[in-house]
Amino acid sequence: MQPTLMLAEAAQAPVVYASATGILSYMWLLIAVPAVSALILLTTGRWADKWGHWLGCAAVLFSFVLGAAMFFELRDLPNRAVQLDLYSFIPVGSLQVDFGFLFDPLTACFVLLITGVGFLIHLYATGYMAHDEGRRRFFGYFNLFIAAMLLLVLGNNYVMLYFGWEGVGLASYLLISFWYGRPSAATAGKKAFIMNRIGDAGLVLGIFVMFAQLGSVNYDVVFSNAGLLPSTTILVLGLLLLLGACGKSGQFPLQAWLPDAMEGPTPVSALIHAATMVTAGVYLIARSNPIFSANLTLQTVVVSVGALTLLLGCIIGSAKDDIKRVLAWSTVSQIGYMFLGVGLGGGAYALAIIHLLAHGFFKANMFLGAGSVMHGMNDQVDIRRFGGLWKYMKITWLTFMMGWLAIIGIPPLSGFFTKEPIIVAAFARPGWTGWLYGFAALIGAGLTAFYMTRLFILTFHGPKRWTTAKEGSVDQHPHESPPVMTIPLIFLALGSIFAGWLMASPVAEWLTPVLGPPVEEHPTTLSHTTITILSLALTVAGAGLAYALFNKGTALEPQPAGALVTAARNNLYTDAFNEAVFEKPGKWFTRALVFVDNKGVDGLVNGLAALVGGGSGRLRRLQTGFVRSYALSMLLGGVLVLGAFAAVQLGWMG
Amino acid sequence: MKYLSILTLAPLVGALTVAFVPRAKPELAKRLALIWSIVVLAVGVATWVAYKPGGPRLQLQESYTWIPAWGAKFSFAVDGIALVMIALIALLVPLVILASWHDAEKSKRSVPAYFALLLALEGTMIGTFTSADVLLFYLFFEVMLVPMYFIIGSFGTDVPAKQRQYAAVKFFLYSLVGGLLMLAAVIGMWVYGGQTFDWQTLTNVEFTTTVQRWLFLGFFIAFAIKAPFFPFHTWLPDAGGAAPAGAAALLVGVMDKVGTFGILRYCLPLFPEASRWFAPWAIGLSVIGIIYAALVAIGQKDLKRLVSYTSIAHFGFIGVGIFAFTYQAGSGAVLYMVNHGLATGLLFLVVGMFVARRGSTLVTDFGGAGKLLPVLAGVFFIAGMASLALPGLAPFVSEFLVLIGTFTVNKPVAVIATVGIILAAAYVLWMIQRTTQGNTNPALLDLAPMKRDLSLREGIVVAPLIVLLIVLGFYPKPVLDVINPAVQATLTDVVTPERADPAPATSTVEAGK
Repeated sequence: MQPTLMLAEAAQAPVVYASATGILSYMWLLIAVPAVSALILLTTGRWADKWGHWLGCAAVLFSFVLGAAMFFELRDLPNRAVQLDLYSFIPVGSLQVDFGFLFDPLTACFVLLITGVGFLIHLYATGYMAHDEGRRRFFGYFNLFIAAMLLLVLGNNYVMLYFGWEGVGLASYLLISFWYGRPSAATAGKKAFIMNRIGDAGLVLGIFVMFAQLGSVNYDVVFSNAGLLPSTTILVLGLLLLLGACGKSGQFPLQAWLPDAMEGPTPVSALIHAATMVTAGVYLIARSNPIFSANLTLQTVVVSVGALTLLLGCIIGSAKDDIKRVLAWSTVSQIGYMFLGVGLGGGAYALAIIHLLAHGFFKANMFLGAGSVMHGMNDQVDIRRFGGLWKYMKITWLTFMMGWLAIIGIPPLSGFFTKEPIIVAAFARPGWTGWLYGFAALIGAGLTAFYMTRLFILTFHGPKRWTTAKEGSVDQHPHESPPVMTIPLIFLALGSIFAGWLMASPVAEWLTPVLGPPVEEHPTTLSHTTITILSLALTVAGAGLAYALFNKGTALEPQPAGALVTAARNNLYTDAFNEAVFEKPGKWFTRALVFVDNKGVDGLVNGLAALVGGGSGRLRRLQTGFVRSYALSMLLGGVLVLGAFAAVQLGWMG
Repeated sequence: MKYLSILTLAPLVGALTVAFVPRAKPELAKRLALIWSIVVLAVGVATWVAYKPGGPRLQLQESYTWIPAWGAKFSFAVDGIALVMIALIALLVPLVILASWHDAEKSKRSVPAYFALLLALEGTMIGTFTSADVLLFYLFFEVMLVPMYFIIGSFGTDVPAKQRQYAAVKFFLYSLVGGLLMLAAVIGMWVYGGQTFDWQTLTNVEFTTTVQRWLFLGFFIAFAIKAPFFPFHTWLPDAGGAAPAGAAALLVGVMDKVGTFGILRYCLPLFPEASRWFAPWAIGLSVIGIIYAALVAIGQKDLKRLVSYTSIAHFGFIGVGIFAFTYQAGSGAVLYMVNHGLATGLLFLVVGMFVARRGSTLVTDFGGAGKLLPVLAGVFFIAGMASLALPGLAPFVSEFLVLIGTFTVNKPVAVIATVGIILAAAYVLWMIQRTTQGNTNPALLDLAPMKRDLSLREGIVVAPLIVLLIVLGFYPKPVLDVINPAVQATLTDVVTPERADPAPATSTVEAGK
């Protein structure tokens, strides 16, 4: 027992959660309904194929409506953080883990994002997956994901969070390798799972540190007492949590699985690998803000990871030709912005969450748009083989345009209101680090404009570069997708337009009880206006450059390129590094161990046995006449026992 | 009610009955064995109900005269640890019998004999857990080998005759060496402990340091071979690879746990000083086992050997949990013994179903089997997820407890062991990918059995295990309530309560309540 802990009362304001009442005491239903729906979809037979997907949609819609009702209920409470301990989950000695939930402003934001955007994507998927024979299984996995993701954000302790954390990892794996007959899909799923497990190991070790130091894994106890921990302990704890966050959110150095995850059906990419699951790392850091705010070094590490990853994502995204991979690297990069935000701390926590919500809209919008394009183009994903599609799919084109303008931060679309403040906050860091991270964020804005404009122009404008039957491929007859797919697109496009300025200040205020009050950042280096002008100028320059380069189309084959472009095409050699340093030596090491185990360890012990048994000849004889020898040895053993007891009885020993 | 003696004797009587069924009537033997094992399960359930979780350490005691001159008695009693293991056996055996329905027909030997051997195995295994007399325990510990030896040697038709006989002899020799060492220790204990075999009496004996350490070693090596811990493990992949899948499920799922149970029942309470002294060594072997066996598992080409190696890694977790000497790690280790029985039992049974269809245990002989057998592949996947301790399935709770309980007292070991969870993901997913995913192996398309998905009989086998894995994954408390008092009693024989539960009390750091 550490004496420092006795000073608990003297520490910062304790975190207190009220007990759930009224409709909030049913918060477990948010998770249970999609979970039961998943169970039904995965265990019933083919007779459920006709209506299964509608059950899946209905379950998510139910959670959305219930979540909205809880949101309004929470708004009227004096203490906007209520918890519900359902039952005792793991009780051993001083470790008492409850199956408990927490509904507070941060959770409410995520619940609405997950179920709201989640419902739209479910709806879209009913159309997108209409011709897939595994559609019912798909919706089962999709519902499983929603349930796990809700568990992740609804837990009131770190074990519940971990439970959901691994649950979404499972759903992600199942959906990436949904078409498991394709070796590439199976490999991508496995890669995602294993890289995530590396992060998970960090997260679970962080949980151990909490228990060892504070005797609890509950949010309220941990947050109330985090400030009392020695600085080194906080640093270690924070780095472990950060490792977990990097794994789930595809941040450096655990980013390599996310682009490969595009092997899954496109709605999966939209929901899991863009809008929700990959932002779990941001949630983890924001949720643990009392830990991350308690150590400056820790914050610097988070900011560095964010800045590095956002640039990495931009650079690689600029060199890719697969529409989904560009969007995937864009996601890596945008989450880099969010990490930058949560790393800056203070008022920037809320900025990161707001950007996360806005990103949920515009990125889901663009992924579903990409899906719509693929739907009309025989599953073509190469942007070099698109062009001029705006005429053939007007709704997809217009909605995608809103997503494009939103992500590059053109006012008054949402990205402008959510990304800009993060850049300003980065400049507000004192000293040279403010310049460093500020400029990284600024350059990122310019690069984002470049690669997103490239994507948009090559897909929808310029000359047609479609595949033809003549070149041995298929003739393309692009067409707009059915309403069940375009209606979600329209909703998400509206979100891409308005979410930014609608959410910016109310959400920051709403999150105050969890993340602290919104603070207006005042950079000392450059004024707010200067930064805004710079950022807009870079955005226009990036977009203009891309327009000039790609308005006339592009080559159909990869062209020889300089060192930087080649490096970017090869993911800046990060995959090659992993393979050379971890995979190959790992394989050799494993093989060597198998050899040693068969020859060395086994041989040694067998040799010893042979020695004891009087030479290997006897061992061989044992193997041949085994029944007789067996009986003999039993007899021998029996004689030995009896002899020993007789000896004692007769007083030879003892 | 004489629960424990009935529970121990009933399967043995059943074995005798089934053994006398004529060879020409295999169906009768199977049905008789199944019914008998279900009756044993019913007695097991009654025993569970009769046991009081908060009551005395040893319950349901019975004692009968055996060899008065030696102070040996037929005495039976269980604590919470033994109780959960007995429940596991009673549950697994009927499922294994049902799963092995056609296994014995492939061998040239008598079908009734196979089922009689399974029941005999059940009785002797239960006996090791019900014994409250050290000599009686030793007897069951040794006799237990006999039925398993014959099962591997005579009925393991997945591998060539030579290989299975080698495996059987190796299994037997390893166990025999361990058994002899234990015999020496048993005798030594009798000599120095006041010429009694009564466990309860022996717990009050204070052995001198030197004697304790020698006696501890005698028992520990026997248990370490049985469990098995690195480097005594090499018999297990051979035995697990050669045994019929159902028997392998019992071998790895239950019989090996006699080793870890023995450590908890005999080494820790009887030789507390020696246990503390040897603990770093035991933890060292265990943690090497976790990493080493996982790496070797990744490189395996044979499905049953692969699963055997994963189990060696899991036994490493149990070993770490036992010798960390904290309540969390200890309860985690015992819960691990149960959960591992369910998870690996399921995994072996499902692998057996694949192997029976394909006629091969080689991983490379599968590939893309999921397209042909979607339901079976789904069950395989669930078993794999249980094996890598995914939250929501029972093994997560036990692995978490072992690791968190170890971390509070030994951070480096906990950190290394945590690397094991990454390796577990690697071997499980690699196995699943190579067997059920990817392009379908053309050779599978010509095999008629590969087109028959999970049958009703197989469904009945796997369903209870899956349900239990999920229920205990979400609500492990009923089992923990039985385990916790027994583990706490065991550990307080070795260390102080403060040492066993070192985390700061939550009350001092309570959030402003």
